[in-house]
Amino acid sequence: MSSADSSTDVPPLLEMRSVNAHYGAVHALRDVNLSIRAGELVCLLGGNASGKSTTLKTLLGMLKPSSGEVVLDGEVVNDKPTSYRVARGVTMVPENRRLFKRLSVRENLDLGAYLRSDSDGIAEDLERIFELFPRVKERLNQKAGTLSGGEQQMVAMGRALMARPRLLLMDEPSMGLAPALVQQNFELIEQIHASGLTVFMVEQNANMALSIADRGWVLQTGRVVLDDSAENLLTHPELRASYLGQSDT
Amino acid sequence: MTDSNSPEVAASEPGPDLTPGGTPDTPGTPGVADLAEAGETDETLLSPPRPVFAQNWKRILSMGAVGVGAQIFLALSNMPLRLDDRLLIKPILSLGYVSLLFVPFIAGNRVGHQIQREGIPMHAAGLHEIFGGVICGVIAGGGVSLLSVLLVNFDLREPLVNWSPMLAELLAFGNSTAFAVFIWLLLGGLAGAAGGAMRLVNPKARRVVVTMVLTVGFISVLESLVMDLAEGLRFEWLTERVYARRGGLNWNWALILAAFSGLVAMLTRGRVRQAREHIASLEGASRARTNFGLIILTGAILVILPLFLGKFTNELLANVGLFVLLALGLNVVVGLAGILDLGYVAFFAVGSYSAAVLTAATSPRINPEMPWLVALIFVVVITGLVGLFIGAPVIRMRGDYLAIVTLGFGEIIRLLFLSDWLADTFGGSQGITMIPGAGIFGLGSVSGTEPRNVFYLVLAFCALAIYISWRLERSRLGRAWMAVREDETVAEAMGINTVNVKLMAFVVGAILGSFSGAIFSAKVGSVFPNSFLILVSIVILVVVIFGGMGSIPGVIAGSAVLIGVLGGPRQPGLLSEFSEYKLLIYGALLIWMMLARPEGLIPSVRRSRELHQQEIAQDSWLREQLDEEAESTAGNDQPARATA
Repeated sequence: MSSADSSTDVPPLLEMRSVNAHYGAVHALRDVNLSIRAGELVCLLGGNASGKSTTLKTLLGMLKPSSGEVVLDGEVVNDKPTSYRVARGVTMVPENRRLFKRLSVRENLDLGAYLRSDSDGIAEDLERIFELFPRVKERLNQKAGTLSGGEQQMVAMGRALMARPRLLLMDEPSMGLAPALVQQNFELIEQIHASGLTVFMVEQNANMALSIADRGWVLQTGRVVLDDSAENLLTHPELRASYLGQSDT
Repeated sequence: MTDSNSPEVAASEPGPDLTPGGTPDTPGTPGVADLAEAGETDETLLSPPRPVFAQNWKRILSMGAVGVGAQIFLALSNMPLRLDDRLLIKPILSLGYVSLLFVPFIAGNRVGHQIQREGIPMHAAGLHEIFGGVICGVIAGGGVSLLSVLLVNFDLREPLVNWSPMLAELLAFGNSTAFAVFIWLLLGGLAGAAGGAMRLVNPKARRVVVTMVLTVGFISVLESLVMDLAEGLRFEWLTERVYARRGGLNWNWALILAAFSGLVAMLTRGRVRQAREHIASLEGASRARTNFGLIILTGAILVILPLFLGKFTNELLANVGLFVLLALGLNVVVGLAGILDLGYVAFFAVGSYSAAVLTAATSPRINPEMPWLVALIFVVVITGLVGLFIGAPVIRMRGDYLAIVTLGFGEIIRLLFLSDWLADTFGGSQGITMIPGAGIFGLGSVSGTEPRNVFYLVLAFCALAIYISWRLERSRLGRAWMAVREDETVAEAMGINTVNVKLMAFVVGAILGSFSGAIFSAKVGSVFPNSFLILVSIVILVVVIFGGMGSIPGVIAGSAVLIGVLGGPRQPGLLSEFSEYKLLIYGALLIWMMLARPEGLIPSVRRSRELHQQEIAQDSWLREQLDEEAESTAGNDQPARATA
């Protein structure tokens, strides 16, 4: 499937070029092509076991592709470790938040900035996060595991932002949250995107994700089956039928 | 008194269920509360005592049955007979009888235990608790009665080696079997009643009683230590009176000591806690200064005290120190990085053997006869490399697999030292003997014949190891370790090179263990493969878990209690009588610890201070309630602050 909207001159921030990936013998990703351009908010949709999380892992370097290329800023990074990519501005907010539960909120945030050494910049970013989430400041010395779900989501976002990323990879931001919090969370993602961050999110909640995204892909059993703008995807009959649970009559 | 007036009592209590003073004592957070004070419930709601016969019979029966099992097990483990010689208070009480009698006491006490639930009043303790304790104690004591009858009428010596007439005689106090049956029912009932009665006395009085019992207990049990101290500090004139000639306290002195300690406990009531809270509330510079002062004070005591101690106690302190070193090393691996290493003894072994080979003239093949300090540099390098070598394949695994593989490597290292293949380097089962002591800058040689010097050497290395651990814990690497411990995948996603970080933990742990090994070989003067059995790994791990994983003071306290008091795998402790039952007691302590205080003796203090206060009030709902209450009691008319 070719890209629907014509690409601009700006080189993509992160790209997957016909990537195949395996878990042992299982073929998890088949010839996946993705490109994330700076400033975009894009989403990857798919049901269970469609390869969404595998795509994220491959992008972040926690899984090596068996063929194809992962390209960051025009450089093939297949053989570079995760730390290399994190240092160059790619950060993930993991599925279900996954904070370091027995560490304090402060320690969680500090760990987000693990690869940075500019203490002034770190302090600055910490202040920015406190502005964004005043609640986090209140909870700074508390164990992360004792926070409520919504607060944990804030800390998880804060932790990712502490790396001062250019590209934020979000793994199922709506998972395990109450509906009201999901709404809040997506507003937050929009807000972060508006502040200049590129966001790539992986979601099952297609309706929600497409309502804020610019573009999207649909993944099915490891293959990209749809690649279109968000508006087109939202009205796409197949997608509506299979993911949004609506028939197009 | 019936339970019909309970609403009245509940209504007469002023506040709602969230009395500010009551909340910090909720049972979920025993962490900061002192052990002795954990049971303080004086500010909770009380409903009237339950009627005497409204017992929870099921609970009594099950506790009683546990008591029966425990007493028969203890009796047949031969503990009463072995410890009968050890008098605590002459001529009344021997450790042997105590080892049996404490069971109905505990059972009788536990039967009256109520779970303290927030907002729900507890029953005031009364005759109900004593009666329950008596029944439970009688059942438990009945176990011993039953055993006495069985002992006389059957001969089960074949499977049960301790099934002896001596035991029967001991249980009968030298009288007839009928007497034994009767006396144990009586003693069990009395002990159970005492246990139940402990629930009646108010917490402050209980604290005094506990202090008295513990003081007398410790002074009589730790007789050898006290005698040793007396010799050094020249107060033998006192100890000669206090202790009877063949061990144990004289009964009149036991009373005097009890009265004295009770008096002290009453006078210092609350002071200790106040002081501790005061220290905990200090901030910034003044806190740092206080900590520094405390460290200097502890250091000074540790330097000066051994001058007054005899060989026995210094030897003991040196052994404790060796295990502190080992436990600090394992603490880095297990406590900080979360890698469950069951073969840690490997690094102790490599440290000992490499020091032996490098310093001993009698080392079979390689014998450079280096001075100890020079050899130490090589020992550290060699052990670090071995850590790297073992760690590299191991750390790619996780969880149970990793634990099993480390267990294997621990044994492999020992078997290599034992093997014929390497026998011409390491001496096989003959080991390496005649290892010279450690010469320190012309300060003379430190060897096993001078336990005090060994202790000073160990102390220096402990200080070094504590400093290293302390700095590492607060470093970037330490944070990375904790992240890996909490969630390895996410740690990797944060950009932490998990493989390198875990390898570093292995190497640091190995190096700290090698210090201990190098001192051990110089102290003992010989190394054999048998000194490095898997049991050593287990004991070190138990020390770390018992003391509190990830906590430096915890690890030190754990070593002091387990190694110092009970004794190490081969090292005698203060309670040398217990050496046979060491592992039994280790196990019991570990189980008790996991139930009562899973975070260890002294939990990692880094976060616990604010945490325990905040966790209770973390719920915004609860917090609002507390705020409202605080405002209403302060007489403020301001509207309740919204805590969104």
